Amino acid sequence: MWGILRRSAVDGGGFSASSLRRTRFSLVSARSYAAGSKEMTVRDALNSAIDEEMSADPKVFVMGEEVGQYQGAYKITKGLLEKYGPERVYDTPITEAGFTGIGVGAAYAGLKPVVEFMTFNFSMQAIDHIINSAAKSNYMSAGQINVPIAFRGPNGAAAGVGAQHSQCYAAWYASVPGLKVLAPYSAEDARGLLKAAIRDPDPVVFLENELLYGESFPISEEALDSSFCLPIGKAKIEREGKDVTITTFSKMVGFALKAAEKLAEEGIGAEVINLRSIRPLDRATINASVRKTSRLVTVEEGFPQHGVCAEICASVVEESFSYLDAPVARIAGADVPMPYAANLERLALPQVEDIVRAAKRACYRSK
Amino acid sequence: MATSFSATLPLHGSQENRLLLPPIRLAPPPSSFLGSTRSLTIPSSRRLYHAHAARRSPVVGVQEVVKEKKVTNSLVLCILITKEEGLVLYEDMILGRSFEDMCAQMYYRGKMFGFVHLYNGQEAVSTGFIKLLTQSDSVVSTYRDHVHALSKGVSARAVMSELFGKVTGCCRGQGGSMHMFSKEHNMLGGFAFIGEGIPVATGAAFTSKYKREVLKQDCEDVTVAFFGDGTCNNGQFYECLNMAALYKLPIIFVVENNLWAIGMSHLRSTSDPEIWKKGPAFGMPGVHVDGMDVLKVREVAKEAVTRARRGEGPTLVECETYRFRGHSLADPDELRDAAEKAKYAARDPITALKKYLVENKLANEGELKTIEKKIDELVEEAVEFADASPQPGRSQLLENVFADPKGFGIGPDGRYRCEDPKFTEGTAQV
Repeated sequence: MWGILRRSAVDGGGFSASSLRRTRFSLVSARSYAAGSKEMTVRDALNSAIDEEMSADPKVFVMGEEVGQYQGAYKITKGLLEKYGPERVYDTPITEAGFTGIGVGAAYAGLKPVVEFMTFNFSMQAIDHIINSAAKSNYMSAGQINVPIAFRGPNGAAAGVGAQHSQCYAAWYASVPGLKVLAPYSAEDARGLLKAAIRDPDPVVFLENELLYGESFPISEEALDSSFCLPIGKAKIEREGKDVTITTFSKMVGFALKAAEKLAEEGIGAEVINLRSIRPLDRATINASVRKTSRLVTVEEGFPQHGVCAEICASVVEESFSYLDAPVARIAGADVPMPYAANLERLALPQVEDIVRAAKRACYRSK
Repeated sequence: MATSFSATLPLHGSQENRLLLPPIRLAPPPSSFLGSTRSLTIPSSRRLYHAHAARRSPVVGVQEVVKEKKVTNSLVLCILITKEEGLVLYEDMILGRSFEDMCAQMYYRGKMFGFVHLYNGQEAVSTGFIKLLTQSDSVVSTYRDHVHALSKGVSARAVMSELFGKVTGCCRGQGGSMHMFSKEHNMLGGFAFIGEGIPVATGAAFTSKYKREVLKQDCEDVTVAFFGDGTCNNGQFYECLNMAALYKLPIIFVVENNLWAIGMSHLRSTSDPEIWKKGPAFGMPGVHVDGMDVLKVREVAKEAVTRARRGEGPTLVECETYRFRGHSLADPDELRDAAEKAKYAARDPITALKKYLVENKLANEGELKTIEKKIDELVEEAVEFADASPQPGRSQLLENVFADPKGFGIGPDGRYRCEDPKFTEGTAQV
């Protein structure tokens, strides 16, 4: 009971764009957030994370299109050029393959680049360097050359940007050994995971979400500290429940939380897991949760075939088969290139109703 | 019109015509460096290209080059090399040649497997450039990287073991023929994708500049990127020419133009086959040099490396060279004309250097034979060492995927997988 109250007090806002926030005080342990005193947008969280890491370590530098004078295509790198100068914040020409390779080469030689892709769709022009020069190098050189680079940028669908700007790359990158793939949701996730990514000695793909940039989340004092870091490979249980496990990441966490609210009204307690780390996947947490609830609904925004959800379902079926009371369910984006028309786009992406319906079906409560 | 270094310097402001040595030369036109190939190679190479295009035998053009070269060699270049330097160059080229020949033998005996690309015939380029570098300078290469690794200082034993897939290899058997890495010698790979090494090399050069300007360290390191003629049609090459010139990075782009990309002739695949011309288009000097002559390559390399160390930015050097064997050991090499192969075989860089050293009394046959014998023994010993070395242990499969092995995630017991000793032994359930 307390657990649920605590969780919903903190994350009640979820995805809603309106400014109506419930700021109930948390009554329990030090592990919970400080009373909703401070809020931070994801954008500010990312900006502050990069800023602090750059000031802590002179080897960190930022490279990407429009990161400097334009203040960042999505203003994530705002103010960094003025603060650190053009030797540490590079506006590159439009050469993804070139500048990603340069970042990797700089990482080989000991620097710590933060390479921004304007969206991860553009990373396809540089994917050879992310996979072949970065992910595989520590292995191919038998540990001689590690690549402490972070690739970051918005991933997944935005609003009405069409098929070539809306793909989710979590599944593609998460299938490659040698990479770490992170997907934050809240401002705290954004800060902690980006700091962890920049400090990490391995290549990290950091998948943000454009629609979350403007979202405000409550943030604790602990998260505002400059040494704050979240562990890579640990998922977070955003909301505890005992009837069905819903796993998801990035923007879909907000949808899942809203779905959980709706389900709670009907007496179904949904446990929402924010994966945070796609690779390595926190199978332990997911399986422990499924063993508790016996039902699984996985949600993601990307294409369904060979997606993150498929991996989670396989993992759960392999490890917790005898605990399952219902077939595992996957909710993913439609198996079509993203359409442009607003109503079609809505149909092509998972909505709160879809999650509710799947959860109810898993609980044998729906028609 | 040929380009020497001076042709493009005005783009960068004031130009200093610094000569490395007093200007003793045959050719009248002034140039800012000795060993200028302007009057020599450009016209003949044009002839060569046109000859190819018209499908006529290139015999005449090549012989003229050889003749001119001989004359200029002895007059211009004889003061540029000391005996010690000459012997170092000779030994390095013999090492490259013997090693690659041994690789071929071992491959056909089944000791080596997969893709093996040999460097026979191109030794002058590797030796000419890499012997001028220090240990902290970086070299980035392609899949044809055995000799680059050897020239840079990786031991023959380590390279041979790596090729055999043994644990004593320079990458513990995890890289293979196409992925020679050595942090100690700053050999940054070994890349299978053509064009992949160029941005990585540009990044290493970027780091030199960053260390100097931001971290305020003393850093004069340069990077040399080796790649072929086929790569020069790849987008990444141009992206990096642009950025290297834009940021004035201390890098030398070395094109080993051996005229063939597997079976695709350079002339069939390139709209303008003269690659050195692409340098000035991006604001850096483009130089063409005879890549079968180690002394000429060395002269050009000296100037390019000095330029880079002075902070004047990148240089594009096109070395006209030839590979005596096929693209790889699996390539039947049927498309290349026998006459073409014969002509380049006559320009073998090792024979040329040997002749030069002997004719100019820098060494006698006996000394050179001693070197050859020494290298033969070294390569044989490397093979024995590699043969005797063990294969990697089973636990090595999961090692070195990450620098921070927590990247393997958390196991079912809630602890990080890498903390479980069975995981690294390879016996845990993954």
